[in-house]
Amino acid sequence: MAADIALQRVAGARGRGGAVGDFLFHHLTFLFALLVLLILGGVIVALVEGALPALRTFGIGFLFSDVWNPVTEKFGALAPIYGTLVTSAIAMLVGIPVAFGVAVFITEICPIWLKRPLATMIELLAAIPSIIYGIWGLFVFAPFVQQYIQPNLIDSLGQIPGFGALFAGPPLGIGVLTAGFILAIMVLPFISSIMRDVFETVPAILKESAYGLGATRSEVVRQIVLPYTRIGVVGGIMLGLGRALGETMAVTFVLGHAHRISISILQPGTTISASLANEFTEAVGDLYLSSLIALGFILFVITFIVLAIAKLMLLRLQRRAGG
Amino acid sequence: MSIYTRRRITNGVVMSLSVAATAFGLLWLVLVLWTLLENGIAAITPALFSQMTPPPGSAGGLLNAIFGSVVMTFIATLVGTPTGILAGTFLAEYSRGSRFGEVVRFINDILLSAPSIIVGLFVYEVMVVRMGHFSAWAGSMALAIIVIPVVVRTTEDMLNLVPNALREAAAALGSPKWKVIIMVSYRAAIQGMVTGVMLAVARIAGETAPLLFTALNNQFWSTNLNAPMANLPVVIFQFAMSPYADWQVLAWGGALLITLTVLCLNIGARALASWSTFKQ
Repeated sequence: MAADIALQRVAGARGRGGAVGDFLFHHLTFLFALLVLLILGGVIVALVEGALPALRTFGIGFLFSDVWNPVTEKFGALAPIYGTLVTSAIAMLVGIPVAFGVAVFITEICPIWLKRPLATMIELLAAIPSIIYGIWGLFVFAPFVQQYIQPNLIDSLGQIPGFGALFAGPPLGIGVLTAGFILAIMVLPFISSIMRDVFETVPAILKESAYGLGATRSEVVRQIVLPYTRIGVVGGIMLGLGRALGETMAVTFVLGHAHRISISILQPGTTISASLANEFTEAVGDLYLSSLIALGFILFVITFIVLAIAKLMLLRLQRRAGG
Repeated sequence: MSIYTRRRITNGVVMSLSVAATAFGLLWLVLVLWTLLENGIAAITPALFSQMTPPPGSAGGLLNAIFGSVVMTFIATLVGTPTGILAGTFLAEYSRGSRFGEVVRFINDILLSAPSIIVGLFVYEVMVVRMGHFSAWAGSMALAIIVIPVVVRTTEDMLNLVPNALREAAAALGSPKWKVIIMVSYRAAIQGMVTGVMLAVARIAGETAPLLFTALNNQFWSTNLNAPMANLPVVIFQFAMSPYADWQVLAWGGALLITLTVLCLNIGARALASWSTFKQ
């Protein structure tokens, strides 16, 4: 009898629009999931459409020309691409070791009560908006670099024949090195939080076995943790690189905006994103605007590839940990 | 020197470097916040909240910029939150193991880290060019596109933490799936989902790059969403890069304001998340 009533209730629920409601809700959520794909598709279509005039005029040479002349309407992407890659490279060079140190400290050394607050504080570095790093870099960090760091670099490393060309020129404060360094601080939390997450996935029994055999902490990190999490660590680094490549405001403030390629990393330069931020609203003429959009498209392609690789690596690690 | 001593020394060096790296990381947080306070506190006056952005050389405040930022952030959240929650719901509840779900998840994660200036370019092409002028609507849409992936991600993660037993219990009582999701899954995951929205708001509160080509800037008080609108980040950018001392002071004030908002939202979101029922 009771079972009958329960069954009636179920039937009643179905009857009162259960199936229709399910159909509607399922398809509604599906449409919004589809929207995520459409946004990406829209971004690609809009960028390609906007970039077409420039790509048609300059062809593949757009990628390899370092001319950027709004007056004669001759544009090439080499200088911004070069600047993007060099600043990101500096950011990685400084950021990766520091992020690694932070991750090792939080997972292996730090007492448990300190773990959470410390991790939060490092992650707050990522929460600070990029324009704040920009204004801080311009007014505080760049003058400091100009006064204390660059003169020393010029006097020491700058004197080495050949290699010294990297550190040639007057100390301006702003420039590629300063921008790269600020980028390093900005990507540090992203890289270190991924490294921390993947370090936590190492089975305790592996580490305990190593400690049981008398290994020191640094040996456990190098011979147990790192080999076990290698893919994840590289994935985290790539994710940080993706961020560094597309970072805009902080770089715009301290890079000095010069459309040229200089060997010296103390000199001003430009990146794709900084060129866009500086010139887009002031660009006169269709070809100028289209060239800037073409720059944006190049940036999109580069970051998409880097981020996709990062994601695939992290997925691989996740599958292994899950399976 | 015995092998043992050498290993101990290596260990000591490596561990000290790791401590030093952490201290180095924290140093920047302290330095940035300290300079912000030092330079910004002088600018936090009643005038900052009651007067418009001034022409160079005269006194003023940031009222129109604060208003613009609040309005655009609000609209972006209003658009982005339901969109993100529904898409996240699809990923967590309807697409377990499906190919389509995996693709959406992958693309969403890429959008999550994609450069925000690209989003600005996209909205410029789609809205500003078509409408023929910059507008607050375009700025709001650019911000909404940044909100969506954040909310999708957290919604999906939080719904995945809801134990299946809850869903099965509700289904066994005869409730249709949409009711299970709305009345059981959402209720169980609500804290986490709110956290996600707060983090998204924190993320867009300081976004500058996508607003440069969409909302642009406006020196005057404007409530017209169909026209360019002032907003804190772009005003800070313009004022900080200018040679005028008054403008630079205002820029510092705005920077302090944004940072405090963002940090409060972040810390609040984290506190909320740590209460969350299913997180450990």
